[in-house]
Amino acid sequence: MSMSLFLVQSLNGLQFGILLFLIAAGLTLVFGVMGFINLAHGVQYMIGAYLTFMFFQWTTNFFIALLLGMIVALIIGLACEMFIFRHLYQRNHLDQVLATFGIILFVNELVKVIWGPSSLILPPPEIFSWSFEIIEGLRYPIYRLVVIAVGITVAVGLYFAVFKTRVGMLVRAGATNPEMVSALGVDIKRLFMIVFGFGTMLAGFAGAIAAPMFSLEPNMGDDLLITVFVVIIIGGIGSIRGAFIAAVLIGLLDTLGRAVTTDILRLFFDPSTANQIGPALSSMLIYILMAVVLFFKPEGLFPVHRAG
Amino acid sequence: MRKFLSTTAAAIALAFTTVPVANAADLKVGLVLTLSGPPGALGKQAEDGFNLAVEKLGGSLGGANTTVVVVDDELKPDVALTRVKSLLERDDVDIVVGTIFSNMLAAIYKPVIKADKILISPNAGPSTFAGEKCHPNFFVTSYQNNQNFEALGKYAQDNGVKRVFMLAPNYQAGRDAMNGFKKYFKGDIADEVFTPLGHKDFSAEIAQIATSKSDAVFTFMPGGMGVRFVKQFDEAGLSDKMTFLSAFTVDETTLPAQKDAAVGLFGAGTWAPDFDLDRSKDFVSSFEAKYGYVPGSYAMQAYDAALLIDSAVSAVDGDVSNKEGLMAALKEAKFDSMRGTFTFNNNQYPIQDFYLLNIAKRADGKYQTEIAEKILENSGDSFAAECKM
Repeated sequence: MSMSLFLVQSLNGLQFGILLFLIAAGLTLVFGVMGFINLAHGVQYMIGAYLTFMFFQWTTNFFIALLLGMIVALIIGLACEMFIFRHLYQRNHLDQVLATFGIILFVNELVKVIWGPSSLILPPPEIFSWSFEIIEGLRYPIYRLVVIAVGITVAVGLYFAVFKTRVGMLVRAGATNPEMVSALGVDIKRLFMIVFGFGTMLAGFAGAIAAPMFSLEPNMGDDLLITVFVVIIIGGIGSIRGAFIAAVLIGLLDTLGRAVTTDILRLFFDPSTANQIGPALSSMLIYILMAVVLFFKPEGLFPVHRAG
Repeated sequence: MRKFLSTTAAAIALAFTTVPVANAADLKVGLVLTLSGPPGALGKQAEDGFNLAVEKLGGSLGGANTTVVVVDDELKPDVALTRVKSLLERDDVDIVVGTIFSNMLAAIYKPVIKADKILISPNAGPSTFAGEKCHPNFFVTSYQNNQNFEALGKYAQDNGVKRVFMLAPNYQAGRDAMNGFKKYFKGDIADEVFTPLGHKDFSAEIAQIATSKSDAVFTFMPGGMGVRFVKQFDEAGLSDKMTFLSAFTVDETTLPAQKDAAVGLFGAGTWAPDFDLDRSKDFVSSFEAKYGYVPGSYAMQAYDAALLIDSAVSAVDGDVSNKEGLMAALKEAKFDSMRGTFTFNNNQYPIQDFYLLNIAKRADGKYQTEIAEKILENSGDSFAAECKM
């Protein structure tokens, strides 16, 4: 692989990583702060995309559609928290998995009823719909660079929000010792609700900005959710910084892995064997990384210290 | 299940109200199709195509009052098996029409054949049942899976394509597609890349394609994968630079989403909505009038399956219990196919022409595949010789 191709593939990997981070950020906070396993997080990704698509059809303006989509996604997230998830915090993890899995089935079916089973396309905003020649013979859509820039901005913003603001401080405190925070007179329920609503909105945002690169379809968030769980486990549950680093790591490993695994295997095996093993091995790489990380650091790369 | 209930309910209502008592025995056909999930669009086409034919024939195939029971296999082998068993045991259907996907066919094949019922596939045409394991009760109105890819390989070989980049999902059908293409294509192969099934982002593969110095890309990316791949291929500016040869990647189920990004790309098949035959044009216009979308090959093959049943049942004067006669008449295939002439090979897969298809935007703004040129004429599949029937 030439150097320029390697750089392009790294860019693709970075962009995938950024997308994973946007979904993982909310999930790791909800999981870390509230100890709540929310399998339905991927559903929020799908809802964000479909809502933006719907508002785009009405307004034909991507940015207005995105804004409206996020507001409605936030409302849906908060409503779910109030009516469903709140009653599950005290239950064990198995109950949480069961209940949130039920939500996945329900919402996927609902989306199919409303928008149909076929793939849909959301065009990127007009001003970002051009491309440039990144290497000879390959044009790169500018929209993908915008997604990277937006993702990094969100990451920096989140870092400041969590480490430099009062709410962020409470969130970190809540993650370490929720009983103590509650005893100090902080309304922990409201804090949880803010964290949850914000996390789901972020997942919806990821879905909305990913839609113009890929396509919309029911179940679109479910495959990604598994990868996102790998990200937050590698990064350390509850750690924003860990989620960012792990997301970029996974994004690069997955993309570059798919590009080179088969080529590397061809050095050792005959081409048809390499073609048999390569694709299977490259889809396993991220899980192998997870196993290795967990072997050396069972709490993830950036463990959040918990009291008691 | 809901669909099944409503169809049955409608059938019962129909039986009590409008249909006079007929002398001929009634015919019950069970449709096993994939109707849920993103691939449900393919099953929907087949369901609508079959129902349209039954409706056009006044609710009776070959003079027998026809009840159609539709079940959804959900693209899960265990579900397909349960549903087909209920069709055989509870509904006591005479003929099973299914499936869309080859792995679903593998699940229902044995129970249907064991129950000594007739099985007609409106789409899936795996090599498994085309060779040694062919069976007198099993008919296919579509094609043998490899054939579309073989046709593309032949087109590439005959038209001076020198170097091809091959891309397919990493499962059996993807590997069959690659092998099918290589049957006639003897030029350079830049790379054979397998992606995970349901792959989201093709940017890494597209970067490889762009730098592979190929003059053509060959791919098989059904459903949503095709939508994403075609869009990203077009965004990367590769559509103008290389020939795009594909099957089941740009068709009537994906074009509503791909739109202009697919124009200029090639597919392969046995038929297209612009097929130059009056009855085919009638079929397309009445299909669109009733269902509001353009029928693809999935709809046409199911429509043909219904016409095939019609021809066979009328050959035995509506006496469905005469199974020997019915099967012999099915094998004759004396019906007016939307593809013009239609004959069965010894393995009861069709012998037919294969065409290169291009993508066109119609005057009404909808998109459809159109016949570009004939690649293979009266082509039988590569496995028929192994079938001792």
